[in-house]
Amino acid sequence: MTRTVAVIDYGMGNLHSVESAVRQAGATAVTVTSDRDAILAADSIIFPGVGAIRDCIDEFRRLGCDETLRLAISRGTPVLAICVGMQSLMTHSEENDGVDCLDWVDGLVTRFPMPHCDTDGKKLKVPHMGWNQVVQTQSHPLWDGIADAAYFYFVHSYYLPASDSGAVVGTFDYGVQGSAAVAKNNVFATQFHPEKSHDNGIKLLSNFLTWDGTC
Amino acid sequence: MSLAKRIIPCLDVDQGRVVKGVNFVGIRDAGDPVEIARRYNDAGADEITFLDITASHEQRDTTYRTVEQIASQVFIPLTVGGGVRAVSDIRRLLNAGADKVSINTAAIFNPDLVRESADRFGSQCIVVAMDVKSLNDGTGRYELFTHGGRKETGIEAIAWAKKMAALGAGEILLTSMDRDGTKDGYDLSITRAISDAVDIPVIASGGVGTLDHLVDGFIKGGADAVLAASIFHFGTYTVAEAKDYLAQSGIAVRH
Repeated sequence: MTRTVAVIDYGMGNLHSVESAVRQAGATAVTVTSDRDAILAADSIIFPGVGAIRDCIDEFRRLGCDETLRLAISRGTPVLAICVGMQSLMTHSEENDGVDCLDWVDGLVTRFPMPHCDTDGKKLKVPHMGWNQVVQTQSHPLWDGIADAAYFYFVHSYYLPASDSGAVVGTFDYGVQGSAAVAKNNVFATQFHPEKSHDNGIKLLSNFLTWDGTC
Repeated sequence: MSLAKRIIPCLDVDQGRVVKGVNFVGIRDAGDPVEIARRYNDAGADEITFLDITASHEQRDTTYRTVEQIASQVFIPLTVGGGVRAVSDIRRLLNAGADKVSINTAAIFNPDLVRESADRFGSQCIVVAMDVKSLNDGTGRYELFTHGGRKETGIEAIAWAKKMAALGAGEILLTSMDRDGTKDGYDLSITRAISDAVDIPVIASGGVGTLDHLVDGFIKGGADAVLAASIFHFGTYTVAEAKDYLAQSGIAVRH
């Protein structure tokens, strides 16, 4: 595997972890950068995200990364968006009193209900923090070799309802049915953190590195 | 389908070396936090917590380097605590590869640090650590203590947990100073009270000696995760044995 990967650096989040995990998954060259040319030159692009969405989107736009990513997507470069990166791709988020997102995938990101309970009336904690099972609702090359209902690591207080988008390819159950992953053409996005999901996460990243962006 | 209950081995690290003793069979260097963290990663631990107990500020660079090394080899969440005083400390730890940062004493002297850091970095990475003791005065009251349980603060534990959650903490690490090191089991009474009082996850800590204690922490204590050090460090139980036992007790675990 000789693919080059650009991890978009817009000052937010656990870039070190993403970089390490992508290397572990077999990438030979990983660049952490906000530079337009470096991002466009990469074979694959990762759009990570941790933190509050307003700050993420503001910084992403301020650095011009939205236009760079838009161009890369239109060229067919495979893109993996993670957590707030996934939420940033949607139409709108309720977080921070409402934020218009990049609107590349239809969907409204919403807060878990408060108080939040399961069907038996047992209290569920928010953030949704920890290892939950991901049901693969549509086949996709990035699921190759990963068991259905495998555990991945989640940590988030806002979520995309599974019913809210036709692009959903994986769901989680946490009192509500949430979107664990969405896919559209050459873009794959996860609510969970593959870089923190041990073997299943490394496998998904490894699938991403060999993905040509088609389904 | 449900969220798995988490098992979190805890490393106490002083000047870049694990203290409190670790006795893995076949380990090359029992004091190296990077190797120990990697072992736990491979053994099926759900997260790792790294508590920096280094007293002097000058040694902090060692901590950042160690966190970087662990983060480059461990692909499960890493929480780092100890000596966190300011937003700049939190930023540096997150940049080094920590996924969550645990704030303890600083939250008592400057509660606004919790709000400020949750706003800046998101609640998901802000853990508030609470060291509590029962007053044993017949009222059932628990209070926060600092300095390893030696200094009382007069702060009542349940109200404090609620306040921290309201300020934006994403998780509470609750350690019973009465039980810590005793192997008598978690203090289930305060664990249950705080877990019921807040909507954020609670990690039980202090006193685990048997696998039944882990079960009790989840079922009776209502904890979302359990922290343990010596039972794993000394090889009394493996993480896999603990998970098998929990699963047999009807608790959802990642396997």
